[in-house]
Amino acid sequence: MAIKTSTAIKAAPWLLTVAIFLVWEVVCSGLKIPDYLMPAPSAIWASGLEYGGPIMMHALQTLWTTLAGFALAVVVGMLLGLAVGASPLVYKACYPLLVGFNSIPKVAFVPVLVVWFGIGTIPAILTAFLISFFPVVVNVATGLATLEPELEDVLRSLGARRWQILVKVGIPRSLPFFFASLKVAITLAFVGSVISETVASNLGIGYLMMSASSSMNMPLVFAGLIVIGVMGVVMYELFALAERRLTGWAHRNPNAPG
Amino acid sequence: MSFVKFESVSLAYAPGGANAIEEVSLDIREGEFVAVVGPSGCGKSTLMKLVSGLKPPSNGYVFVDGREVGGPLKIVGMAFQAANLLPWRNTLDNVMLPLEIVEPFRSNLKKEKAQYTADAEALLARVGLAGYGSKFPWELSGGMQQRASICRALIHQPRLLMLDEPFGALDAFTREELWCMLRDLWQEKPFTVILVTHDLREAVFLADTVYVMSKRPGRILVRKEIDLPRPRPLDVTYTDSFAAYVHELRDHIGRIRES
Repeated sequence: MAIKTSTAIKAAPWLLTVAIFLVWEVVCSGLKIPDYLMPAPSAIWASGLEYGGPIMMHALQTLWTTLAGFALAVVVGMLLGLAVGASPLVYKACYPLLVGFNSIPKVAFVPVLVVWFGIGTIPAILTAFLISFFPVVVNVATGLATLEPELEDVLRSLGARRWQILVKVGIPRSLPFFFASLKVAITLAFVGSVISETVASNLGIGYLMMSASSSMNMPLVFAGLIVIGVMGVVMYELFALAERRLTGWAHRNPNAPG
Repeated sequence: MSFVKFESVSLAYAPGGANAIEEVSLDIREGEFVAVVGPSGCGKSTLMKLVSGLKPPSNGYVFVDGREVGGPLKIVGMAFQAANLLPWRNTLDNVMLPLEIVEPFRSNLKKEKAQYTADAEALLARVGLAGYGSKFPWELSGGMQQRASICRALIHQPRLLMLDEPFGALDAFTREELWCMLRDLWQEKPFTVILVTHDLREAVFLADTVYVMSKRPGRILVRKEIDLPRPRPLDVTYTDSFAAYVHELRDHIGRIRES
């Protein structure tokens, strides 16, 4: 019974995905919906094969701008999060600004970036960065700020300095929060880079979809959407794996080893 | 020569607010085992914070080892009601945590690593945790976690051990086991202990001297020396003289609660 449940859990996401595509295919062909309105998965697949080369090129562009922006977001977000979480003064000073900035729709910010940096790669990286660093800051800061005072007392009673408390307790304690934020941040980074490519670029999946839709090539638009989705899922899973490896203590399960 | 000395110490957590403890004077000699008992909220834990330097007194003076306490002391080891082990470290690494912070261990840690590890393992074995060093805290029972926590409090050979209701959350049998563990550790190599507890049997069984504190604001009402011969077997808790001590302390506490 236990084995059955675990295989079912493993297979469930695949089965559901396949089922959705099947229903989609059946509905499209059954109702004879034209491709330029809603392409069937088979048409998307065919289009994907047809434009395999260009899709690959644009996907790689999107992937690297996303990862570059994401890496920037992780570094900046972590440093800012440590500062905000470790010092109540910095927290008070920065929080309203951070929240205010995060409330600005980033798509509205792309034109500004274009004026500053021109179109193409740099605004895509920066948009990915701007949209994804906030969850990292908030989570790292939360991890530090919710540190149990008892754990802190254990170190303080030994005469530990502030940075020692930060290194020995604060940072390890906030790692699970940090990894949780990476999973959110990577998906947001894709949103950011694709938005920017859509508005101001001649490279990347965003641009590809833009130009395909202007020529009513809907199967190609959908192929682009699916490629972004797949890249997002893969990156998400990668960070979920790293999270389980590095902070297993926070996700312990009495039946699972360490 | 007293080792820990309070001279009419008061502490208010908020400036100008109500005192948590008031006019407390104590004298503890080196190697003495002291227990502090009192109704809940009487400021027992405040006492610990004052001795360890986590809080400065609002009035009066606290001396440890002849010097006024001005900040956290490195000759102090502490254990609390919750074991507070770090969940990302295994038991051995948890026990060795103070060695990464307290000098001279911190500087010698790299070259003496093998020796320190052996010491920590020996200490774990001493409290019945041999072979559990590689286990993580959540793999240990509550009693085992508390043993490890006491090992952590002792690893840097503090001259003063402070225990804040360390056995309060354990079941009666485990608690008695840990009393004996603590008794043996102390008997072997006496260090000064301040044990805060609300368990009178625990206080009488372990301590040389028991202080009874009043309701908030906490004052010292009674100082009682426990004149039972050492080493004390657990059976001593069933003797008449033991019961008489517990009764006497119980009467004091009862009077406080009624007042």
